[in-house]
Amino acid sequence: MSTLEIKGLHVSVATDETSKEILSGVDLTIRAGETHAIMGPNGSGKSTLSYAIAGHPKYEVTSGEVTLDGEDVLAMSVDERARAGLFLAMQYPVEVPGVSMSNFLRTAATAVRGEAPKLRHWVKEVKEAMAELDIDPAFAERSVNEGFSGGEKKRHEILQLALLQPKIAILDETDSGLDVDALRVVSEGINRVKAGGEVGIMLITHYTRILRHITPDFVHVFAGGRIVESGGSELADQLEEHGYVRFTGKQEPAAIG
Amino acid sequence: MTSVAQTPHSHGAVVPKASRAEQFASFDVEAFETPGGREEIWRFTPMRRLRGLHDGSAPATGELTVEVDGPDVTVETVGRDDDRLGAAGTPGDRVAAQAYSSFTTATVLTVPQEVRAGVTTVTLTGPGEGKVAYAHLQVRAERFAEAVVVLDHRGSGTVADNVEILVGDGAKLTVVSVHDWADDAVQVSAHHAKLGRDATLRHHLVSLGGDLVRVSPTAVFAAPGGDAELNGLYFADAGQHIELRTFADHAQPNCKSNVTYKGALQGDGARTVWIGDVLIRAAAEGTETFELNRNLVLTEGARADSVPNLEIETGEIAGAGHASATGRFDDEQLFYLQARGIPEGVARRLVVRGFFHELLMKIGVPEIRERLEAAIEAELEAVGA
Ligand SMILES: Nc1ncnc2c1ncn2[C@@H]1O[C@H](COP(=O)(O)OP(=O)(O)OP(=O)(O)O)[C@@H](O)[C@H]1O
Ligand SMILES: [Mg+2]
Repeated sequence: MSTLEIKGLHVSVATDETSKEILSGVDLTIRAGETHAIMGPNGSGKSTLSYAIAGHPKYEVTSGEVTLDGEDVLAMSVDERARAGLFLAMQYPVEVPGVSMSNFLRTAATAVRGEAPKLRHWVKEVKEAMAELDIDPAFAERSVNEGFSGGEKKRHEILQLALLQPKIAILDETDSGLDVDALRVVSEGINRVKAGGEVGIMLITHYTRILRHITPDFVHVFAGGRIVESGGSELADQLEEHGYVRFTGKQEPAAIG
Repeated sequence: MTSVAQTPHSHGAVVPKASRAEQFASFDVEAFETPGGREEIWRFTPMRRLRGLHDGSAPATGELTVEVDGPDVTVETVGRDDDRLGAAGTPGDRVAAQAYSSFTTATVLTVPQEVRAGVTTVTLTGPGEGKVAYAHLQVRAERFAEAVVVLDHRGSGTVADNVEILVGDGAKLTVVSVHDWADDAVQVSAHHAKLGRDATLRHHLVSLGGDLVRVSPTAVFAAPGGDAELNGLYFADAGQHIELRTFADHAQPNCKSNVTYKGALQGDGARTVWIGDVLIRAAAEGTETFELNRNLVLTEGARADSVPNLEIETGEIAGAGHASATGRFDDEQLFYLQARGIPEGVARRLVVRGFFHELLMKIGVPEIRERLEAAIEAELEAVGA
């Protein structure tokens, strides 16, 4: 059973001349089987937290630590982190022209599993995983994310989640840009991964509507680069009603799912 | 320091200093002044590395060996007096004129009228290290012929040559010119393509090896309805100079040209130049043209220049545009692939392969495509990218 531990995490982003602190002391522990919802207003640093954990080169950890089952995540390269069992479903998945989705998926699965999956099994596995997410098989031959709609990109992020079976999955606004049906399909996909009970999930979201499909064990309010309040799923309901105004001091419309 | 020439998308036409229409041309080398290197058409070329091809100080000391392998074509070796020679175009710079003035025999390869030929491979082997050769090749696709001709350049030495490409009325010709020279080689080459009525040309240039390679592919239209695609794929590594100068000359109505050149550079002193001239003359109503150049700078110390020139002398065109961009490796793409567990080296190779993918797919010859994929792979492995 895996545990991701984040302690006193401070992160800065390097801009042209200066460096700006975005995360100012994040503490969070996620265990296998748990689902943590992270909710917070725009610009509060939610994506920064996910990028910092995944090892994006633009974000510099100035202090604090991140460990996965005791191993120092921050000392690992981006690909080592993924192979250690971390997965990040991105808010804005990147287009990679000329690289087919099928080639990409197979290359990733080979890297994460440590050996190339047997072709016959693999084809079946991908086909089934795509069918479960209502993804047309024709996508396999298209370039990675290129020209995909927002919703199609998100479905493919969850397809990768299903195939790579990480220990800890960080889902950054996977619900944004999805219509009602797509939200249901994607949520069911996440719930299937969750049902195994072996993955810990950090579910970053702006709205509560996805929480009606995926029940969080914990809800954390993120503001000003850190967690300002934690609770159970009732906290999400409060946020839905009153917005983030209590945490930011600013008037913000209630998050309507 | 990586030096990156940035030419972002540009909406208007970039008008060159001197009109391409006025560029001097002659078969006679003596009609050209010896270039010093400051001239517009030579300013990107390191003249000292031309080994005298440009100033008359490099007499022929060897030959470019030409071997043709193709079942459906006729091959002739002809003298300078063969009156078919020179039909596709006139040399536009001193080295091309030097080559035209210096070759002793020319090879004429003909795809007869209405014949659908299989793949013809022409292997052109350099004269050997320290030797100089001048050569001339003419490829003729007669009316309604269809053919794929691969020009496979290999070996060592210094070479200047002209390639004439005549595409007859209604003919469909694909030329794949692979410049996979040994490290020492220097080549300055001009391809002169002339398209007849409703003729189709697919010209693919692939430049990988050599110390200095400068190729100038020109497409001119002799009658309406022609369709020319000029594609180029190049990969320069440390110390290499690759210069590719395309020219689509529209003087006939309702012709199409499409230029797509993509290059990757890596290593100290790797240098590429792409000049894309398009001229739409007053008579060329209904012209449709687009040109695109993209360069991927993989390491520090490499430099890519990209200069699109679009001259339009008539308002009655169907469409004209160009785009050019040179960038470093896309860190976001790399991050995305690595975030899926893919090691950095593998991820880099995937991205570069992806960058060239579309152009490789356009080369309709699977054997050549596979060979080029392997060659690109080898280039990437050479520096452990
Ligand atoms: N690469 C960057 N360069 C400059 N500033 C950045 C960069 N990345 C993030 N920031 C800044 O850091 C702050 C936090 O951004 P982040 O994307 O983490 O917020 P978020 O909580 O994910 O917001 P949203 O809800 O809109 O997705 C913002 O002010 C943002 O402008
Ligand atoms: Mg975000």
